[in-house]
Amino acid sequence: MNIQVSRRGFLASAAATALVIGYDARGALAAQKLQSLSVNPFVLIGADGTVTVVAKHFEMGQGTTTGLATLVAEELDADWSQIRVEWAPADESRYANLLFGSQGTGGSSAIANSFEQYRKAGAAARAVLIEAAAKQWGVAPASITIETGVMRGPDGRTAGFGAFIDAASSLSAPAEPVLKNPSDFRLIGKDRLPRYDSKAKTDGSAKFAIDLRVDNMVYAVIARPPRFGGAVASFDPAGALAVKGVLDVKQIPRGVVVFARNTWAAIKGRQALSVEWDFSQAENRSTDAIMAEHVAALEKPGTIARADGDADATLAGAAKTVEAEFKFPFLAHAPMEPENCIIAVDGDRATVWDGCQFPSITRPVVAGTLGIPPENVDVHTVYAGGSFGRRANPTADYNAEAAMAAKALGDGRPVMLVWTREDDIQGGYYRPIYAQRITAGLDEDGKPVAWSHKLAGKSILVDTPFESVLVKDGIDATSVEGASTLPYAIPNIKVDIRNMKTPVPVLWWRAVGHTHTAYSTEIVIDMLAEAAGADPVAFRMDLLKEHPRHAGVLKLAAEKAGWGEPVAEGKGRGVAVHESFRSYVAQVVDVSTDSDGVVKVDRVVCAVDCGLAVNPDVIRAQMEGGIGYGLGAVMRNKITLTDGAVDQTNFWDYEPLRIADMPKVEVHIVPSAEAPTGVGEPGLPPIGPALANAIHAATGKWVTTLPMVDDGIEFVS
Amino acid sequence: MTFSLTINGVARELDVDADTPVLWALRDELNLTGTKFGCGVAACGACTVHVDGSPERACVLTVEDAVGRDIITIEGIKGRAAEAVRDAWREHDVVQCGYCQSGQIMQAVGLLTETPKPTDEDIDAYMNGNACRCVTYHRIRAAIHTAASKMGA
Ligand code: FES
Ligand code: FES
Repeated sequence: MNIQVSRRGFLASAAATALVIGYDARGALAAQKLQSLSVNPFVLIGADGTVTVVAKHFEMGQGTTTGLATLVAEELDADWSQIRVEWAPADESRYANLLFGSQGTGGSSAIANSFEQYRKAGAAARAVLIEAAAKQWGVAPASITIETGVMRGPDGRTAGFGAFIDAASSLSAPAEPVLKNPSDFRLIGKDRLPRYDSKAKTDGSAKFAIDLRVDNMVYAVIARPPRFGGAVASFDPAGALAVKGVLDVKQIPRGVVVFARNTWAAIKGRQALSVEWDFSQAENRSTDAIMAEHVAALEKPGTIARADGDADATLAGAAKTVEAEFKFPFLAHAPMEPENCIIAVDGDRATVWDGCQFPSITRPVVAGTLGIPPENVDVHTVYAGGSFGRRANPTADYNAEAAMAAKALGDGRPVMLVWTREDDIQGGYYRPIYAQRITAGLDEDGKPVAWSHKLAGKSILVDTPFESVLVKDGIDATSVEGASTLPYAIPNIKVDIRNMKTPVPVLWWRAVGHTHTAYSTEIVIDMLAEAAGADPVAFRMDLLKEHPRHAGVLKLAAEKAGWGEPVAEGKGRGVAVHESFRSYVAQVVDVSTDSDGVVKVDRVVCAVDCGLAVNPDVIRAQMEGGIGYGLGAVMRNKITLTDGAVDQTNFWDYEPLRIADMPKVEVHIVPSAEAPTGVGEPGLPPIGPALANAIHAATGKWVTTLPMVDDGIEFVS
Repeated sequence: MTFSLTINGVARELDVDADTPVLWALRDELNLTGTKFGCGVAACGACTVHVDGSPERACVLTVEDAVGRDIITIEGIKGRAAEAVRDAWREHDVVQCGYCQSGQIMQAVGLLTETPKPTDEDIDAYMNGNACRCVTYHRIRAAIHTAASKMGA
């Protein structure tokens, strides 16, 4: 088996050229026969009838290849077996995310921003093929039908798409083709299609960046400062160079690179390397001290993110108040495929192979590192083994490292940079530590009248290239999202934020700010319901009259979970509802506890409203995944520092959710004709608070410090 | 040093250090990249291969210790259990990012070979070392039951 990928071969397959001209065996230009027709930047029709969908969004498991292909196949009435998906080259002019204006995947936006665009691309292909067939057959376009990839004329004759690409090449596809009426959808909203990537991912053939081999490439690992903000003082390469297979050792701005002829030699070489570090600019504190600083900051005034009425004065006069203080740890994303990429530098050109989430960041970062123009950087996107936000980094950190390494090596050999799991767990870009305090008050009738929410955490966007666009008046919207957007009808609301400083790099982690705000707000809502003597679902419904989609998912989840039916002694049922990325999710969690109070998570019932459901089974999978990813994190995950060094090392001590921890999950999708919204992240925010509220129902304890194991909760293992 | 290993039924000569994990020999020397690197310390199962018919973690099995043993990878796994598992995985659309799934499938084939009709508890116990960060566990359970009934049919 040969899985070598030549650089040229890769380039050719990713390029969406309109005309592929064949060469004969002697290399002479053969008859100008079309091999494929580029209808538009998103759809290519092959002479063999294949339909190639050019995906502007990468696939990290969220199902986007399936989703984008569904949109094209629907409008084109293609057969699923004809469909191929390739990832777009780096080119913002054609492949920008319409939500950001730059090329990248994030914010659960892939289907939302592509829904019309990819349907139009498929409809345009359909129109141009029909026009070509009409000419060739000498019949009226309206008399031609397409069904599962077969074109049929009025006299019953049939042909595949490939038969018309020559004729279609001289026609221009309509810019505004007629789209199907949703009532005619045969694929969208149906559970008819299998995932596009199921086959390749079950026989070992799916290629991730770590699986690619470029001619002449070397493997590299980097010794990085063991404290954030540290630097190399000096190093001795002798030990590393003595390891068989090690080729070279070089210093770069991020540390010391060991180059080797295979990954294992590079890893062993790094172990044998001796480096002296300079920690004068480093974070030398422990997380206890960092957290204490965050908690102390809550006493100081913050920057106001929302102010309705006068929360402070109303709280002072409230009949009853509740208050809770929350402490959340740093969290690593720990995608299953550790960070890695390949870079080849050739003069003033560079090529990057990566499970690339944000070509619009990778390109300028690599170009800047190498001192070449951004348009000279080609990006080849392949399957990504998870991301959860890690790969959408404003600093494109591991792409930059690879570029630095290739530059330091300096002999033109392509470099595959590999992070080990230890590098990943200890490498920063964490979900920030947060301290929060919410104080809320009820009037005499048990109606909530005031809500004060104080937050302290490091902004993800301050000091990044996104600051000028996304940080307004000192407020990073991602720090307060979910808090500043609290949907409940409470007349006096104040939300304020303190942007904390630490050299520990932070980053968006699946669902971003909602990971800390859904937890705190949904627990305090339950506290208020308890103080008011109200049922948690009824209490919320009463406050969500202006928010029918929140109310809709809450009602559906409650119904399906049997909310209101008696719960046995030792068991508990909790609920939470939260909107994120314009999708609405409610979850009901059932737990049981044994006589020692050890908790087992039995079942999660989830209801989601994400507008029109394009691929219902992908939506269910993303809810299941978001629930499980969040569950593992709130149960037991944390990154801690002792004197600046990360304590956790690998999956032993940063343990993912395991199959035995996984509750039964049921997902219900609210039927909707609204524009589709995302599902990659919204399944996560409600799970933590719904679990906490269930634990409270079973044990009477409010869990306000995460992970839960640090707040005295023990789980069945 | 040169080591002779039997991989997917074929004898392969490898010129590597004795302590080289089979994982890296497969991936970097033989280009069998279906076997994945997830942790390197037997904590995730992404690198699971069959050694003499049973699932083992290739990241902690050295080339030296693998000499004379029969190693099967995701590229070479065959037989009724393997087919049933693969079919069931596709039927349930288990995969998300897919990076853990070679290991999950190799482990599941091991389970069904030992226990043709596993209960949920059997599944949880046998599969617990195979981490999936995308959390496809819910479907893995269902797919294993489906595979078991396919084999029984
Ligand atoms: S890579 Fe071998 S168990 Fe994780
Ligand atoms: S499918 Fe992504 S880690 Fe399992």
